[in-house]
Parts: sequence; C-alpha cells; structure tokens
Amino acid sequence: MDESKKIINQLQDKKYDAGFTTNIEQDIFPPGLNEDVIRKISEIKEEPEWFLEWRLKAFRFWQKQKMPNWAHLDFEPIDFQAISYYAAPKNTPKYNSLDEVDPELLDTYKRLGIPLEEQKILAGVAVDVVFDSTSVHTTFKKELEKLGIIFCSMSEAIKEHPELVKKYIGSVVPYSDNIISALNTAVFSDGSFVYIPKGVRSPVELSSYFRINAINTGQFERTLIIADEDSYVSYLEGCTAPQRDENQFHAAVVEIVALKNAEVKYSTVQNWYPGNKEGKGGIYNFVVKRGMCKGDYSKIFWTQVETGSAITWKYPSTLLMGDNSISEFYSVAVTNNMQQADTGSKMIHFGKNTRSRIVSKGISIGKSQNSYRGLVDIKKTAENSRNYTQCDSLLIGDKCGAHTFPYINVDNQTATVEHEATTTKIAEDQIFYCQQRGLDEEKAVALIVNGFAREVMAKLPMEFAAEAKKLLEITLEGSVG
Amino acid sequence: MLKIRNLHATIENKEILRGINLDINHGEVHAIMGPNGSGKSTLSAVLAGREIYKVTKGEVLFDGKNLFDLSPEERAREGLFLAFQYPVEIPGVSIVNFLKTALEEKRKHLGLEPMSPSEFLKMMREKKELVEFDSKLENRAVNAGFSGGEKKKNEILQMAFLDPKLAILDETDSGLDIDALRIVANGVNKLKNENNSFVVITHYQRLLDYIVPDFVHVVFNGRIVKSGDKNLALELEEKGYDWIKKEVDELNN
Ligand SMILES: Nc1ncnc2c1ncn2[C@@H]1O[C@H](COP(=O)(O)OP(=O)(O)O)[C@@H](O)[C@H]1O
Ligand SMILES: [Mg+2]
Repeated sequence: MDESKKIINQLQDKKYDAGFTTNIEQDIFPPGLNEDVIRKISEIKEEPEWFLEWRLKAFRFWQKQKMPNWAHLDFEPIDFQAISYYAAPKNTPKYNSLDEVDPELLDTYKRLGIPLEEQKILAGVAVDVVFDSTSVHTTFKKELEKLGIIFCSMSEAIKEHPELVKKYIGSVVPYSDNIISALNTAVFSDGSFVYIPKGVRSPVELSSYFRINAINTGQFERTLIIADEDSYVSYLEGCTAPQRDENQFHAAVVEIVALKNAEVKYSTVQNWYPGNKEGKGGIYNFVVKRGMCKGDYSKIFWTQVETGSAITWKYPSTLLMGDNSISEFYSVAVTNNMQQADTGSKMIHFGKNTRSRIVSKGISIGKSQNSYRGLVDIKKTAENSRNYTQCDSLLIGDKCGAHTFPYINVDNQTATVEHEATTTKIAEDQIFYCQQRGLDEEKAVALIVNGFAREVMAKLPMEFAAEAKKLLEITLEGSVG
Repeated sequence: MLKIRNLHATIENKEILRGINLDINHGEVHAIMGPNGSGKSTLSAVLAGREIYKVTKGEVLFDGKNLFDLSPEERAREGLFLAFQYPVEIPGVSIVNFLKTALEEKRKHLGLEPMSPSEFLKMMREKKELVEFDSKLENRAVNAGFSGGEKKKNEILQMAFLDPKLAILDETDSGLDIDALRIVANGVNKLKNENNSFVVITHYQRLLDYIVPDFVHVVFNGRIVKSGDKNLALELEEKGYDWIKKEVDELNN
C-alpha cells in the first residue's frame, strides 16, 4: 500500500515536472503578432514546413483584413498587438484543496451536478493521481483505436496523420474566408482532431469524457472532424461549468467533413465568463464553425446552448454539396445583463434534394441584446431543395432587445423555403398561474423558459441535457423581481 | 378555514369589491352566483394574491393566518387552490413536468422529501383515474391547444394532485358538455371530506345538482347581497337576477 502510494506520488511529480520542460521565458510569449511569432509557434509544435507555410499565408492575408462591422454588436476595437499568442499549457495547480476556492463557484458546480474530482480540475485544484485524466484518456483511446477511430489533439494529428490533415484542414473553412479564420490559422495552438473510418459508428459521444482536457486549449482553438463514408459520430464541445479565462479574445475554427452517407452530430454548450453586471471583463467569443455535407446522403446536425461570453459572434453553417444531404441547426442563446450575442446559421444548398432546418430560440434578459442572423442560400444546382427556418425570441423585462436578420437567396425555382418568426414576452398571467400552483417567481420564469427552449434541449445528448437545463435555470437567477 | 371581513379591492383605481363578508368552515361547500361583472373572479383573484388587484380595506384569515401576509406561492403551498376561469397556456412545459414541479414545491414547504419517480407515477395513475383524465394529454404542454373542456379537466387534475384545504372553482362548469360536467363534479365529490372546503363559482344550477352546496351566496356590485341554502340557487335559476337587483335598489333608496 505504502509502496504504491510512493509510486503514485512519483508519477504525480513527474507529471508536473513535464509541464516545465520548456524554459520559463518561453512559457508565454510577449504580446504582439508578426511572422517571427508564427515561426516560433510552429517550431515549438515541431510542425512540418508545409504547415508553417500555410500559417504564414494566412497571416499575410490577415494583415490586410479589418474586423467586420455588420454584426449587431457594440464593443471596443480589439488591439491585436496587445495579445500574447502563445502560452505553454500550465499544469501547476493554483490551489491545494477545494477549501481555497471561491465558494460561489463551487456552489454553481454542485448545482450543475459536476463530480467532485472534475470540480477540482475546473477550479484549478491539485488532483489525486487516482483520477488521472490522462490515464482515463489512454484506456478510452485504446477502445477507439480498435475501431480505427482517431481522436487526438490537433498537434498530434499534424505529426501522426499528416495525410488526413493536409487533405482536409482548410477545405471547409479556408484561411481566406474571413479575418477570424485567417487569424486562427496563423496562430492556433491546439484543438481536437477526429477521424471516423468507413462504416464505423462511434460507440460513445466523443469528448464527453474529456471535457476537462478540452479546457485551456483556449484562446485559438482548431477542430477538424472527418466522417468517412457510412460512418457516424456524435461530438460534444464545451462544458456547462462557468469557465474563466484570462484571455479576453477567443477566435476558434471548427471544420466538419461528412462523406457519403456519413452522419455527424455536433453539440455545444458554451458558458464562457460573461463579465460582471456592468459588462466588465467578459470573453469575446468569435467562432467560425462550418460543416460540409460532401457526399450524397450525408448529414450534419448542429445543436448549441449558448449562455456565456460578453460578446458572441458565431454562425454554425453547412455547405450541402452532396445530393440528398441534410443539415439541421438547433440553438438556444441566452443573454443576460450586458451580454451581446449575434448568432445564427447559414445553410448553403448546392446538391439536389437537399434539406435543411434552422430552429433558433433566443432569450434576452436584463439589458442584453440578442440577435439571430441567418442565411439560406439555394444555388442554381439545388433542384428540389428545402429549408424551414423557425426563429423565436423571448423577452424578459423591458430593457433588453431581440433582433432577427434572416437573409434568403433562391436561385432555383423548384426549391421551397419557409420562414417563421415570433417574439413573445413572458406574460404576467403565466407567472401568476405558476405561483398559484406553488412556484415562486424565479422558478416560474425558469419553467417557462425551459418550455420555450424545449424543442432544442430535446436535441442534446442525454448526459448533456440535464446539465444544460440546470444551466439555463442558473443563468436566469436574479433576472426577475 | 376562511374568514373574510369587509373586504374592499380595486383595479386601476376602480373599486370592484365593496365590503365582502364570508365565513367558510371545514367540510363546507359554498356556491357563489351573481351576474357577469359583479366581482366573483375578482374575489377569487384577490384571495389567490394576484398583484394587479389592490386590497384597500378589510382582512382575511386563512386557517388563522393573515392571508395578506403570504405571497401567492405561499398561499398555494398552504393549501389554497384556484381553478382558473381562463387557464393560461405554458408552451413546451408538459403537464407531467408541471404537476411534478408544483408537487415538489408543496412537499418542500411541508418539509417532505422529494417523491421517488415510482411513487410519483403511482400517484399520477391514481389521480388520473379519480378525475377520468385522458392519458393522451399528460405529455402535451400545459393547456396549449386544449379545448375549453380539456383545460377545465386539467385544472381538476391539478387540484386532485395538490389536495388543497380550500379550493375555489371559478366557473369551472362554463363551456362543459354534460359528460365533462359530471366528470368535474365527481372529481370534486371524491376529493371532498370534513377537513377541506370548496367555493364553487357558477352561473348554473345544473352543476349544483351534482355538487350540492351547503350555502349559496349572490354577489352583486362587489357585495354579497343574499345568502341562503341550496334552494336559493333553484330560485335564481327560475327567476334570474332581476328581483335581487330590485331588492338591492329598494334597500338603497
Ligand atoms: N384587468 C381589469 N382592468 C379593469 N377592469 C377590470 C379588470 N378585470 C376586471 N375588471 C372589472 O371588474 C369587474 C368585475 O369583474 P369580474 O370579477 O371578472 O366579474 P365576474 O367574475 O363576477 O364576472 C368588471 O366590471 C370588470 O370589467
Ligand atoms: Mg368571472
């Protein structure tokens, strides 16, 4: 017993040691962005030459871009030269036990039902080696390997599976797509890579086991998911626990490729720190998420629950290339206090008989601004394609705003495009009805909001759904009275 | 159970209740009748604690407690139930979920543990049977797209679940066909015992054939102007309200 404890201790020490192999000065780059910074990132990550070249092209393109101003968002311009573009992953715990952690934060974790060991990791407390996420990771990875599924960090993929990365990275979101994709390509530090081989159905929801590992890959995240012919995968991103990050500006890119007959489900719960009541200190979250239904009969399903961030700029989109391909986007976006969200989806139909559906539920509270922005684009080739868009807004209080910007372009007359939109307020008589049945006002509002969002919540994978429901309730706290 | 003394209430500075006095004891059924606009729904809303009505005078004791010291949800948890004349829709919230939430709030208030899922299902079965509730409705959203009769039956199901001390039924019989009426009345009769009380607001004698009241009161212009036993309801059915209005006018002159 004692002997094994010793070994465990040694292992643990080793693990923390490993975090300090690079010298201290290199742990974090000084602020600023230029070609040298990009070369250095690429060097630390031991990337091949072609990869560096690609990053540099992206950087040169980025230099010529300006931040777009079409979004319904109001914020100070971002000073890109004031940001540091690389920090080595830190393994040093900030605290020795949970007793040292902000009790309010712990209370939130508890109410979300997050297991104790995960709470520790989230809060930055030293953990027992018994719950070593890397070892869980390895056993799990072996299971997947048997099926030929590749699930690893992007850095590892660049080294171990260069042929797949080279073929697909940037194929759905080229660096030249926009300023965010250019910046991300130039400087991203890490992210996730998934490959599901032909005919394989992933037996588990990917990344649910790794929500902890996903944290701190942070600021410039890059994800690539490839589903080969006849395969299936469900991928979960994010975490219901409130996440703090010293970096105010986030710019992520997610690319999904679905080949013939493949199906990808991508679910997100985003709860980045939204800032305080006055709107100070929250995360600016700029994300480019795009999937390509490349093969015939392929499917991509997006589900997102967005409650965090001071600024959200995010439009998960699908290019429906293959004939008979299908894509759906289900979203709940909650904004409270001073939060601003401009989010929605783009469905771009190229293939014949393609179908898409957008269901967006926006909930605005406090002085927040919640915008839906969507594009349905039916190209000339998209015979008999169909889109249905439903866009509902719920207002709580009278100082917030809900806005919808639906854009529709139809170049093929055989297509059917439907759009429905509603804006409602929670009515006094609904709240009173609930109160008369014993619910206080806050519970009543939470119940009504959950009802409003139900269609979307029902699309979440089971294990995510219960947490997401509680997250909604917690987000609403203090929004009434 | 309930003691109402000289109750006055206004909405938008308009006085609607002008001195209601009423005593309700355990085990009693009271019927309240009266022309449209006389203040019957206002009385039930004031008792339930709806904020848009202002109580300007008078007091109400509910089981010895000052009713106006309690928030609407506390009144509900203490056992005051209102079956609404116009039940509202709550889109996306299933009846099962709604019942469970309401029941848990009450149990918490009484210091009871949450019910296990199997206990809850058992209770659900029993109560549905008691009020002949159609199982097809239970997973639908509360009142959303329900017919008038379905809404009223849903109110009675909730009443059966929450097992109130005092239940006020505001025109639960309006718009019901004869079968639905019998179901609603049977539900009330099965729930009735010597410890709880019912206030039945209605325009029609036919409900009172099934739910036999101990007392009948007539509300006119925000006051109870006449009280009697069940025969008063028969008399009203026959003669309408005009003779009461006349009586009141004569008194005032
Ligand atoms: N929200 C309101 N605003 C203004 N007047 C109201 C409101 N609700 C009810 N009243 C008035 O109060 C009076 C009593 O209404 P109510 O209590 O509903 O009568 P009853 O239920 O006996 O038919 C009516 O004259 C009605 O017009
Ligand atoms: Mg009425």
